[in-house]
Amino acid sequence: MKRRNFTKLALGLSLGASLMGTSAMAQDNMRIALVVKALGIGFFEAAHKGAEEAAAELGNVEIIYTGPTDTTAEGQIEVINSLIAQGVDAIAVSSNDTDALVPTLKKAMQRGITVISWDSGVAEEGRQMHLNPSSNPLIGNMIIKLAADHLPDGGQVALLSATTTSTNQNIWIEEMNKVMANYPGIEVVSTVYGDDLADKSYREAQGLMQSYPDLDAIIAPTSVGIVAAAQAVEDAGKIGEVNVTGLGLPSEMAGAIESGASKSFAIWNPIDLGYSAAMIAHALAAGEATAEPGAEISIGRMGTITLDETNSAAMADPFVYDSSNIDEFKSIF
Amino acid sequence: MLQRLITSREALLLGAIAVLLALISTRFPGFVTPSNLADVFNDTSPLILLAIGQMIVILTKCIDLSVAANLALTGMVVSMLNLAFPGLPVALILVVAITLGALMGMFNGILVWKLDIPPIVVTLGTMTIFRGIIFLISDGKWVNSHEMSPAFKAFPRFELLGLPMLSWTAILAVIVFTIVMSRTTLGRAAYAVGGNPHAATYTGIEVGRTQFWAFTISGALAGLTGYLWVSRYAVAYVDIAGGFELDVVAACVIGGISIAGGIGSVGGALLGALFLGVIKNALPVINVSPFWQLAISGGAIIIAVAVNARASRTKGRIILKSAEHAA
Repeated sequence: MKRRNFTKLALGLSLGASLMGTSAMAQDNMRIALVVKALGIGFFEAAHKGAEEAAAELGNVEIIYTGPTDTTAEGQIEVINSLIAQGVDAIAVSSNDTDALVPTLKKAMQRGITVISWDSGVAEEGRQMHLNPSSNPLIGNMIIKLAADHLPDGGQVALLSATTTSTNQNIWIEEMNKVMANYPGIEVVSTVYGDDLADKSYREAQGLMQSYPDLDAIIAPTSVGIVAAAQAVEDAGKIGEVNVTGLGLPSEMAGAIESGASKSFAIWNPIDLGYSAAMIAHALAAGEATAEPGAEISIGRMGTITLDETNSAAMADPFVYDSSNIDEFKSIF
Repeated sequence: MLQRLITSREALLLGAIAVLLALISTRFPGFVTPSNLADVFNDTSPLILLAIGQMIVILTKCIDLSVAANLALTGMVVSMLNLAFPGLPVALILVVAITLGALMGMFNGILVWKLDIPPIVVTLGTMTIFRGIIFLISDGKWVNSHEMSPAFKAFPRFELLGLPMLSWTAILAVIVFTIVMSRTTLGRAAYAVGGNPHAATYTGIEVGRTQFWAFTISGALAGLTGYLWVSRYAVAYVDIAGGFELDVVAACVIGGISIAGGIGSVGGALLGALFLGVIKNALPVINVSPFWQLAISGGAIIIAVAVNARASRTKGRIILKSAEHAA
């Protein structure tokens, strides 16, 4: 009873302090709604698993896993309206539209509900903070690290990107170049573009192996490219000589890991993402942290995040998948 | 006779390919080794198969823009079939692919034949419809390498006399359709319909029916290529072979097939496809900036077409020159 009152008080204080109107909730358990793009998607089911893990760790937290049946902003607005009516304590949303959800989420915040976005963000005015799975510098570092980890004596690596104008690819490559000094002996011999087409990526990978007979690794930070490059390496009989790595999805890369064409690759871990989103939502709703630029929020086993000037934060390095964990994840996403 | 041989489209194109190969070998000598040339041919095989089908359609004054979408839909269907029934023999999958592709071609053909809708409109529509259907049946999901059965992936890679089955399929298609186009009524009818539709009608050839069969052949070849494509790249998703229809039409145009219909040959389609295939395979190895690659591809197409157009221009004789001067 005492504890309940304390929670109530803490909630009341935090809400009062942030001038967010009246307290609509204050039940036995803190109720955190995890709103996903659509139900039935393996990636989000895994995030749900992570959120439940956080709830178990925190105690007295109930996770409401919900979302529309198809990936529409309208569906999410309906879901969020019903969550507001239920008076949940916090909403953590992976949105289908940056702007369309803003009015509804503003309404939720006016009712004293903590609102954060994760994975796919909403505009700044529609949330208190946004959690990115990773950040460009972390990704840039990870892609070269993946290749370098298997090349202790150095070697030649080549990049297989999507299109020449693909913004995220170019930023990641730029960030990678910034940290090249940390990987002595690793030489990036070429950057080619597969245009995110399976056939062109395959041909470019073949070309790389012809032009650079001593090539040790192909880094493809694109899901179409990495799969095509792995197939090209397999067909050329160069498994073991050329390691294909980069960013890909476990379900799409399972074959390449199995054949050995790829030793490891990376992408966000949806379990960690759901876990962190629930941790942050709890911290904000319980008043343990405030969402303001520069604020540091502890996210349990994932460490601490720091909010930037747009109140967004990066969770962690992309998660590395290899033969030890691919079977667990290939059915998830 | 020699004069005719030298100025024939095919000979000119063959010369152009030889010059191209010579130029490439100055920058990357490994490109012209027999094993690499065999690889290039293998890589170009899907384009050759589609270009043959497209050639027949273009001969009859039509165009088929739905080939790449047909390929992608058939590829997705056979991949999902393989996923559901991994034990299905490859022979049956080939039959399903060809039949499904032919049905889609027939759908185009019926619309052109019976409803008299311009082919470019029909196939532009079916192109989008086919892509949409892929999304509907797959829910936007991929069929991945580890989900396909080993036999399903092995067929195009199976080597016979040093060449993979993918290449043999293209060679077989070239032989079969060379015979079809020159020795059968359907083949001759295609030329007649494209060359002079009115005259063809007077001789008892039904224009619409010939076009219908042309679309059916193009569809069947696209379906066959669909299976070969997904098994070769070991992945099937909505956007595979996106924009490939333009490569196919470009291969035909380079191969000297007249967009106005009636002029063209299987050999031309083959060489046109090879010309594009050599460029596509050479650009990654000759160390040209990717920003230039598209421009080079496009430039090569325009040059090839310009050469072709000049070569095919029939020289008219000016008669009554004196009368002109007098006037």
